[in-house]
Amino acid sequence: MTKVHQIISDTTLTYHQMMLSLAKLAESEDSASLPRTPEELEALKDGILCDLNEGLVPFRPRYIIPDYAKFMKQGSAFLDLKAPEDLWEACNSLLILYRHVPSITSFPVYLGNLDELLEPFVLELDEKTAKKCLGLFLTNIDRTLTDSFVHADLGPKESVTGRLILELTEEMQLAIPNLTLKYDPEQTSDEFAQLCLKCMLNTAKPSFANHSMFVEEWTENYAIASCYNGLTVGGGGFTLPRMRMYETALKSSSIDDFLDNVLPHYVKLMCQFMDKRVRFIVEESAFFKSNFLVTEGLLGLEKFTGMYGMVGLAECVNYLLNIKDPKQGYGNNPEADALGVRIMARLDELVSSHVAPYCDAFGHHYRLHAQVGIDSDGRENSPGARIPIGCEPDMASHILHSTKFHKYFPTGIGDIFKFEETWIKTPEALLDIIKGALAGGMRYFSGYLENNDVVRVTGYLVKKSELAKLDNHQQSLNNCSIFGVGARDTSDALDRRVEAYEGTD
Amino acid sequence: MKAPINRIIPFSNVDGPGNRMAIFFQSCPFKCMYCHNPETIQMCIGCGLCVKQCPVGALTLEDKKVVWDEKKCVQCDTCIKECPHLSSPKIKWMSSDDLVEEIKKVQLFIRGITVSGGECTQHRDFLVELFTKVKGLGLTCLIDSNGSYDFSLDEELMNVCDGVMLDVKATDPSFHQKLTHSDNELVLKNLSFLLEAGKLEEVRTVILPTFPDENEQTVRAVSRLIQGKCRYKLLRYRPFGVRKEGLDFCGQILASQQEAEHLKEIAFLEGAETVII
Repeated sequence: MTKVHQIISDTTLTYHQMMLSLAKLAESEDSASLPRTPEELEALKDGILCDLNEGLVPFRPRYIIPDYAKFMKQGSAFLDLKAPEDLWEACNSLLILYRHVPSITSFPVYLGNLDELLEPFVLELDEKTAKKCLGLFLTNIDRTLTDSFVHADLGPKESVTGRLILELTEEMQLAIPNLTLKYDPEQTSDEFAQLCLKCMLNTAKPSFANHSMFVEEWTENYAIASCYNGLTVGGGGFTLPRMRMYETALKSSSIDDFLDNVLPHYVKLMCQFMDKRVRFIVEESAFFKSNFLVTEGLLGLEKFTGMYGMVGLAECVNYLLNIKDPKQGYGNNPEADALGVRIMARLDELVSSHVAPYCDAFGHHYRLHAQVGIDSDGRENSPGARIPIGCEPDMASHILHSTKFHKYFPTGIGDIFKFEETWIKTPEALLDIIKGALAGGMRYFSGYLENNDVVRVTGYLVKKSELAKLDNHQQSLNNCSIFGVGARDTSDALDRRVEAYEGTD
Repeated sequence: MKAPINRIIPFSNVDGPGNRMAIFFQSCPFKCMYCHNPETIQMCIGCGLCVKQCPVGALTLEDKKVVWDEKKCVQCDTCIKECPHLSSPKIKWMSSDDLVEEIKKVQLFIRGITVSGGECTQHRDFLVELFTKVKGLGLTCLIDSNGSYDFSLDEELMNVCDGVMLDVKATDPSFHQKLTHSDNELVLKNLSFLLEAGKLEEVRTVILPTFPDENEQTVRAVSRLIQGKCRYKLLRYRPFGVRKEGLDFCGQILASQQEAEHLKEIAFLEGAETVII
């Protein structure tokens, strides 16, 4: 059976999923337009370099972060939309625009800071009407933007819109969109933060982003998109290939050899691989020349950067120290953690010294990203700098470990904590933990209750009931359910340590 | 000065307001039938019965004392199950500075500490020393107590303690005697004293599945007294971890949610304002 035939006869794919698979297949047929060097092909074959299925000929940036605030002010000539004047028009205009925002998934990975965008219109209506409208807006998003990497932001300030979205999120129990609270204890009230926490425990969202940390690196004009990716509003991320650290370590004879020779060699290779792809997107593909998002000023080339992804720091460290039992290694062993920091500092130094094309706003440098892993990584490369699942220490130690590594990843890193249900009764206790974690240098905190239907896999959300549909050979509307099945079955991604009731009697 | 520490829980959301470190001291003057961690009741007498039973050789007998090798231990709790004296060989003798080191590691994430047990007031001098240091870190210090210690006579301890979470297991003296093998006169005295002194953080009563009248009597009496002045927590009895003698007395089943809800209503009727199940 041909690959095309295989795709079009797969009864578990929806029509739209089939079309995307066919497009992906077509893209993978052209090896002539942007040829890969023998060295790159070898690194790809060895599993050191991974192109994250971006395709051989990139025709748009991987992540696109339109300036929705600008759109709300100016409308769009291309879409023939005037600036919206009430909540119905605002939601309708946004829903139209979303359908025209490309990305690696062909769905928008960023929907805007929804509370800021919609608050002026919400305040003009009575709450019941506003909630009805926002409910329709969220339903439309869930059923038409059928991909869990679709992401919206809230905060840092409390708002009526923010509160209504939280209420609806809990009532509706949907996987889409992913949500982030830009959290700053100086600006976000404890009351609003606790509402977010309750919603997070019950629906696995929103996650808490360290607002002051992102502002320091990106200015106020930043967005959290896709899983937990920090990017600039009006820009985005050109490309995100990954270095798989474990396979990279296999090429070295010692720790010094790894740091002095192997790592620099492959960083150079991957940076050059990225340079070519960035140039191709900007110079060869039509996107930056003719797409209305660019020509109408909702995107600016100068606000994009390349994302240098990595996975498997834990397994890399354990290999270099010859630690066989991961429970005695990275995350549970000061020597391993210290080596982890040394490797990250070196990787940061190497990536930062590379001069990249077109990343004007970032001094022509790429920025590090702790990629959340894909199902084919199995157990050999844990996501980014995470501690392997099943080896997590107690929560206090786990967070303290995270705070050592999060500073290296301006384009995103995060940890997920699974809670036993007593925590829903004590949001103030959980808020104490999150405040401390962020103050200590943690960038991004996610959590959920163990018995939820909506759960966070590695960075994105799925419904367990949707995974069950695929298990029964039925279709799932959400494109990410299939990734969830893979991550559940090959990486034990739903079996994280549970922070359980352990009190006095 | 060192004290026997049974366990430290870095993050606890059930031992007072916010997130707190809970520190469990060894030994207790009560012998409650429903105790979930009966291995905290007595100090180890060094009989060595557990040493032979340890499947990984983490216990040895040296100078009539059981020595525990934490690194070898796999936390199977065989030693605790084997101990006929309601004790544990897995005790760490720690100084207040040792504890302060542990507290500092998680200081960012907690509002304070709660000392519990066993019965932590058995180590009163140690608590004064520890609390003085912990308050210096800007954290609060709460005591979880069974009320067997006369707080009204200890101004020094009260001055460094932010509040007491008091167990009132039963208000009826004879039932309290049966349940805990101890008298409750001092417990009730403490209840009134701490309430007056503004040091009562919370009162706790365990709801039993087989004693509805005793449950109700206690809940009524406590609620009538505390009114809106402090939180009242009704804990449902769980048979998990309870020793045989206790299971025979209290039963093999959980106290029902329905019974807890019913008692919560009664507490409200008697004037308690904040009742948590």
